This record gives sequence, C-alpha cells and structure tokens, in this order.
Amino acid sequence: MTTDPEAAFEEPWQVRLFALTQAVVGDDREAFRQRLISAIDQDPHRGYWESWLAAFEDLVAARTDV
Amino acid sequence: MSDTHGHSHEVAGPAARVAALERVMIEKGLVEESFIDSVVETYTDRFGPRNGARVVARAWTDDAYKQRLLADGKAAIAELGFDGPEGDVVAVENTDEVHNVVVCTLCSCYPWSVLGLPPRWYKSYEYRARMVREPRTVLREFGLDLPAETEVRVWDSSAEKRYLVLPQRPADTDGLEEDALASLVTRDSMIGVSRL
Repeated sequence: MTTDPEAAFEEPWQVRLFALTQAVVGDDREAFRQRLISAIDQDPHRGYWESWLAAFEDLVAARTDV
Repeated sequence: MSDTHGHSHEVAGPAARVAALERVMIEKGLVEESFIDSVVETYTDRFGPRNGARVVARAWTDDAYKQRLLADGKAAIAELGFDGPEGDVVAVENTDEVHNVVVCTLCSCYPWSVLGLPPRWYKSYEYRARMVREPRTVLREFGLDLPAETEVRVWDSSAEKRYLVLPQRPADTDGLEEDALASLVTRDSMIGVSRL
C-alpha cells in the first residue's frame, strides 16, 4: 500500500480490477466510461478505484453472460 | 458499523470483491488468468512515460515524423511500437505562443500506451474540477508561471480521444542524440503541467 500521489495504483487489487475491466469492456469503452462518470458523481470524494469498482460491478450486473 | 448511508448489509472490502469477480469470470470462461497477468505486466512494466518520451524525442529530431504525429497521433505512436487499447491519441504542440494542458473532467481518460496509467492527482476531484475553470492558477500551483501573453489551451479527454502534449525542445540541446533528448522529457511535461 502506498499513498504516493504519483502512483497509478496504491494496492494490488486495483491493477487486477483494471485488467478485469479490460477483458470485459473490449471495444465498448463508452459504456464503461458512462458508468465510471456516474459512480464518481455519486460520491466524488471516495477513492478513485472504489468508484471504478462500483462502476465495474454495475457493468457486470447489466450483462447476462457474467 | 455506521448505517447513516442507509446500508444495513455488510459490504466486503474492495480486495475481496475484486477477487470474487475474478473467480467468477475465470469460472465462466470470460477471462483467463494469463490475460490478467499479462495486462498487469503491461501496465506496470511496458506502458509508461518513457514511451511518450521516445515519441517526443523522435518528433524533435525528425520533422517528417512530427508532421505525422500531429496529423494522426495514434498511427505515429504505433510506428514506434507503442500501440495501446485506447481510442485516438491526439498530439498537441506547445509553442512560444501556446501552452497545452490535458485533463479529463469527468473521469480519468489518459493516453495509456505513451504515459502509462495516470497519477493519483490527475484523477483527483480538485484537478478535474479546477483545470478547466482556472488553468493558470492550477498551473502556478504546479510551479509553472506562464506569461500573460501565452495562450493556455485545456484539452478535455474522452474515452475515444486522448491527448499527448508535445513539449518544446529545451534550448541548448542542439548536439544531443535522440536517446539523450528522451531522457530530458518528463511525464508532467507531456500532460502539460510543466515545461522543460
């Protein structure tokens, strides 16, 4: 865990989440982006990767094959 | 546990939630563990601002390359082998008259193949909210005090269009080779929050 403001990831689960998102999103980046925007907007001060996780869970829930 | 947000159920920590998602996706054949490992490796080792620095140094030393970069950033970046999964990458050139700076006001779009993943401050609410509203003030906080006559252009990224700032080549670097030039290029200069 790091609190370095320069770091892209602070904890290992964040890069794994990023990789899972790449696998699911594929070329449909905009669908995920809209969910990420909503998730950040819902709670602008929570951690960035927590918002990303909420958005990803929302995307997965909307897909019937996952 | 507080229930002030109306949650009565226990919410697992993020690491456990990600591990559970990963397990389900692997079980359903939606992703292979080797894919996840390769993405982790790519973004921790292969993609990063050293790639962007190579692009910038090439543009400084090869005018035909620079013209291709400004015309079609993604293709010119791919020429150097840095082909990423993102949409278009547009290179914007700093000059004596114009300073460019990049933000993603709504989330965190960023040119991964040339800069890696964005630093924490790029994703912060403060940077996203303020860079468009008061760019000169924010740039001053980064230590960059621009002359009043310099035009500041703020580029708001999206999933399909991401930006790379082409900084000005520093003075007194005429004799330097491309490698030496690349070592002068910083990530912040390619976001536009600093100059070289």
